[in-house]
Amino acid sequence: METTNYQNFRIDAENICVDYNGKVALYDANLRLKPGQICGLVGMNGAGKTTFFNALTGFVKISKGKIRINGESLRSAQKDQTIAYVPQNEGIDSQFPINVWDVVMMGRYGSMNILRCPRESDVQAVKDAIARVDLTDHLSTPIGNLSGGQRKRTFLARAIAQRASILLLDEPFAGVDIRTEKLISELFIQFKNEGKTILLSTHDMIHVREFCDLVLLINKTVVAYGETSEVFTPENITTTFGGISPDFLFGPES
Amino acid sequence: MELCSFLTLDSLIKDPLAHNFMRKALLMSSLVAAVCGFLSSYLTLKGWALMGDAVSHSVMPGVVVAYALGLPFSLGAFIFGVGSVALIGFIKQKSRVKEDTVIGLVFTGFFALGIVLVSKIKSNIDLHSILFGSPLGISLSDVKQTIFISLLVVMLLSIFRKDLMLYCFDPRHAKTVGINVFFLHYLLLTCLSLAAVVGLQSVGIILVVAMLITPGATAYLLTDKFDNMTIISVLSAIISSLIGIYFSFWFDLETGGSIVLAQTFIFLFAFLFAPRYGIFKLKKLFTGYK
Repeated sequence: METTNYQNFRIDAENICVDYNGKVALYDANLRLKPGQICGLVGMNGAGKTTFFNALTGFVKISKGKIRINGESLRSAQKDQTIAYVPQNEGIDSQFPINVWDVVMMGRYGSMNILRCPRESDVQAVKDAIARVDLTDHLSTPIGNLSGGQRKRTFLARAIAQRASILLLDEPFAGVDIRTEKLISELFIQFKNEGKTILLSTHDMIHVREFCDLVLLINKTVVAYGETSEVFTPENITTTFGGISPDFLFGPES
Repeated sequence: MELCSFLTLDSLIKDPLAHNFMRKALLMSSLVAAVCGFLSSYLTLKGWALMGDAVSHSVMPGVVVAYALGLPFSLGAFIFGVGSVALIGFIKQKSRVKEDTVIGLVFTGFFALGIVLVSKIKSNIDLHSILFGSPLGISLSDVKQTIFISLLVVMLLSIFRKDLMLYCFDPRHAKTVGINVFFLHYLLLTCLSLAAVVGLQSVGIILVVAMLITPGATAYLLTDKFDNMTIISVLSAIISSLIGIYFSFWFDLETGGSIVLAQTFIFLFAFLFAPRYGIFKLKKLFTGYK
């Protein structure tokens, strides 16, 4: 059977193309990730990182190609709560009248009844998730009153409460304090040990070397993909960033 | 003695209730206010204030056509309301014109079509009552229709309350956990069109926009909790309807206009004195709270 091939992979994206009104945002992109793998998505602004996430969450339609999650369609992955998305801080309306508890509870919506009434198990999952990101003191704090790092942790807790096996994180380290950065780093190690698959976009090359088993360099399409030690070379980075050398981008020691 | 008793608060409030049209107007306007107030908190948070403006103006030709064909107002209004939104989306996608321009362009076009149709189709439709509402002259069939539509919208919004909140807050997460975002988008638009229809009778097309925007904006200044925001929005809408109608009775004012003015005053009050987000931060004045 053809599908048995796919089942080894958590994420299997094959030749995906996305265009917005005829304007190509991403073409022929491939990605295969297994359980327990952490992959860094690196590219310039406008290189298609967010588009890639949009495609994997089903938020935009792909015009070509195929996405399989655990060997199944994206739609059934959504129904099974397989994918969690942690947005960039800028992508969220921080003035929305909602508190930490309610945001994290949203991670459970997909498995609740139509009225989204929390069961005992949902309440417990939310409590546990909030404890894991160290926000128990802020249960009823409106998200507008949180720091950037606390807000990031709130959305991480939402992904934890969802119990998804795939985590997509858009710039998880952007605009966070040292404490949050440390906590996120520790969580990544735990997630990896739990067999979760993580795809994260980042501008920070040090984080790529530190956490990512694999790296996907994109510039509208895949420039290079593979193990970080092999693929994350100055040549590839230069190509990804349109001819600008990594020395110029990140300083000589990068 | 006689004069004194006439001026008591009790009689000021009770006397208008002796009139059947006043009781009907109070009931109807409260219902409309509740529906628009409920919806208003979603529109405020979704950033759809202009969309509310557009849909409520665009239902106009639908109402006229429905009247000419002998169909229910709500059906015509709904078709044109959703049609206008679809057209806005289409033009935005296919041209380089910015969204706010497209919205303004489409709804004025629809609105103009409505005005032309009213003048061309021989009917009893009174343009003035469509534009400015006629809460004091509502027929029994209108009452029934308003009650039915209001209950329907309140029921839909209540059932999908949390999903709609999520849709306004983070549609991508909604999509990721398998919630039908497409359905929620059109549900909100449907409710918007229906609210425009019921609002049309109470305050008229032009002022229904205020009913859809102001209560939500007022509530937004007063709370950091979504559920409270909905409650405050509905309450402020109902209270301003009652105040508006009473004032229009006491001082012989245009009813739709007084209702909206009452809402505007409540908003201004919140803008100035809201505990946390008001200019003068009442709470801070009394407690030193920052």
